[in-house]
Amino acid sequence: MSKLCTILLVEDDAADAHLTRMAFEEGRIGVDLQHVENGEEALAYLKQESTYQGQPKPDLILLDLNMPRMDGREFLKQIKQNKDFRAIPIVVLTTSDAETDVYASYDQGAAGFIVKPVSIDDFVHQIQKLENYWFELVKRPAYP
Amino acid sequence: MGRNEHKFCVLLVEDEPADAHLVKISFEEGRLLVDLQQVQDGVEALEYLRRTGRFAEARRPDLILLDLNMPRMNGRQFLEKVKQDENLKSIPVVVLTTSEAETDIISSYDLGASGYIVKPVDINDFIEQVQQLENYWFSLVKRPAG
Repeated sequence: MSKLCTILLVEDDAADAHLTRMAFEEGRIGVDLQHVENGEEALAYLKQESTYQGQPKPDLILLDLNMPRMDGREFLKQIKQNKDFRAIPIVVLTTSDAETDVYASYDQGAAGFIVKPVSIDDFVHQIQKLENYWFELVKRPAYP
Repeated sequence: MGRNEHKFCVLLVEDEPADAHLVKISFEEGRLLVDLQQVQDGVEALEYLRRTGRFAEARRPDLILLDLNMPRMNGRQFLEKVKQDENLKSIPVVVLTTSEAETDIISSYDLGASGYIVKPVDINDFIEQVQQLENYWFSLVKRPAG
């Protein structure tokens, strides 16, 4: 069996996380979608702390911006300054289309900024383009 | 048609004329009008981005496509410089190379690349790749304005 692509979804809103999971189930590629609720949990996941021991290193991180405890901006900044994790591509997935958020995200090293659509069909379509790019077109670092 | 009618600007950093020609053809086959600018190496690319000398009127690219192996300043050195430059680091850089070496892949992402594409041999495959690239950068994601 070929290795599944692992995506870490960092999202505090349960309904949004559910929608993302559904959109990936409609996708063409088998994705192991791991979900955490904020930046603090995402860091614990990457560092494989406590309950996250043995979890696969993600091929891609999908990051919400507005979350309690540690928001997406702070998480992005910390990851891109950490030499163990900075090679992992991070794509922002948010309802904000504020130009300041777009610019700041790229400035901090995001490899994409997706504005969540309202319609589920549009969202499924977006996820397919995301999969095409990250899991078909580009090569990503291979982790042991 | 004037170049300002082209909605997107891509800066191709590539020293090999045959490869640059292939990229140009592939973008011409694409669905979008792309203003493709080409420079030969990292030194020229920095001059372009900083609008020095003959690049005084250069348009800020929406995306940079970067070869790795070039004379004077190679792709890795260029990537490092761009991602350390406060004015330039928000521009997404996608590596476009013939190298499939794992060390090149990891070091590119490590230095801040937003993608790593291995150039195919077949032109039709390449046209398809350019379409996937356009779908992502010019249709799916939002990029910084201007």
